[in-house]
Amino acid sequence: MVDTLLKVEHLNKAYGTKQVLHDINFSVTPGSVTVLLGPSGSGKSTLIRCLNGLEEFQSGQLSFEDQPIKPTPKTWQQLRQKIGMVFQSYDLFPNLTVIDNILLGPLKVQKRSKTEALKQATQLLKEVDLTDYADAFPRQLSGGQKQRIAIVRALALNPEFMLFDEVTASLDPEMVRGVLEVMLNLAKRKMTMLVVTHEMNFAQQIADNVLFLEDGAILEQTPGKQFFTQPQTDRAREFLDSMAF
Amino acid sequence: MSWTVIQQSLPIFEKAFWLTLKLSCYGIIGASLLGLFASFIRYFQIPVAKQLVNVYIELSRNTPLLIQLFFIYYAFPEIGLKIPAETSGIIGLIFLGGSYMAEAFSGGLDGVPKVQIESGKAIGLSNLQLARYVIFPQGLALSVPAIAANVIFLIKETSIFTVIAIPELTNTALDQIGMYYHTDESLFVLVIGYAIILIPLSLILTWLERRARYGTFGH
Repeated sequence: MVDTLLKVEHLNKAYGTKQVLHDINFSVTPGSVTVLLGPSGSGKSTLIRCLNGLEEFQSGQLSFEDQPIKPTPKTWQQLRQKIGMVFQSYDLFPNLTVIDNILLGPLKVQKRSKTEALKQATQLLKEVDLTDYADAFPRQLSGGQKQRIAIVRALALNPEFMLFDEVTASLDPEMVRGVLEVMLNLAKRKMTMLVVTHEMNFAQQIADNVLFLEDGAILEQTPGKQFFTQPQTDRAREFLDSMAF
Repeated sequence: MSWTVIQQSLPIFEKAFWLTLKLSCYGIIGASLLGLFASFIRYFQIPVAKQLVNVYIELSRNTPLLIQLFFIYYAFPEIGLKIPAETSGIIGLIFLGGSYMAEAFSGGLDGVPKVQIESGKAIGLSNLQLARYVIFPQGLALSVPAIAANVIFLIKETSIFTVIAIPELTNTALDQIGMYYHTDESLFVLVIGYAIILIPLSLILTWLERRARYGTFGH
């Protein structure tokens, strides 16, 4: 087993002349949960999207399982089977049923057998409490249900690393809990995760490490427990105060 | 207006009716295939072919069908390419309709939300798989209303075929008027003829549009 699953070194990104990520350095150990916090517009989403090849960056080096990532479309397409991602919007494919949404990756990308993939998908559906919805279309599901399916769809590829980009941000408040519980369960089972969220209680519960971002730079990297009680920077303290009611 | 005259002219109008329907069908099917092909070339940004498609679309959309038919039927024989009238009509309809269909399909494909593409990529789909399982099914459903409008448009355009003497509905009506001066009767039957084709079709297409929308969307 490798010591670092993902390593980010000197990552810089700009849109035109506007620099949006400044010299980002951090690494993620297997089985850990890293929470990315920071005010809106601080570059959290841009950063997490860089880690899945959805955004290009100007300079810097990413490594996955100690292997440097060559940022070509081909490499990313391969790597995305190992690095799953769930987005803020409920992004299920509306033209496919729930089960077909889930099986698309395992069958077409990984070319696995239908029986085996279906068995796993059924098990995953059971874990998120949506067994009855296998043959439903996404439009028949609530936002929270869709988001749980989106998580299952990513998990069905057996990824080693999961990226969550504000996955509860556009859900109705009462739907949030179900989605967060799914993520907590994943964390308990030592899934390596990088999570962008504004749910502070959840972040406090789940975070092994916190990266605090502002204006595209990491201001603070602190173990989870410490960050919420004794943040190192005044800016982080201010941020935490502003989030607390 | 005389019912006897209408009755007597019915057999010849019936023939014209089926001819109009037949030519429309060939034209619409051909135009749809051509349009689909052109929109795929645009979607995959295939070099050279993409430029050719753009030239074709501009040429086809910005010239009247009347002139296109003149070219095919009267000008092509000058370079040794003699095409029968009905075939000329179908070719003209395909040439005109292909660009409209291409625009309709392209519009649908462009209308698929960006996040759909990203979430397809995020599960490791290749560009081709993404197109096949995500973009095309959704894009084609999105293009149904525009396609439906084109279908109606192309059927009505067959009335222009009269200029190359294809005995479709309009040509037949003008013929009847020219030969027997049965103006009222002929125009009456002509309108009914088009209505019999277009009104049910329009209803079916509206139903299809609703189905396509329902089948694909609903966040």
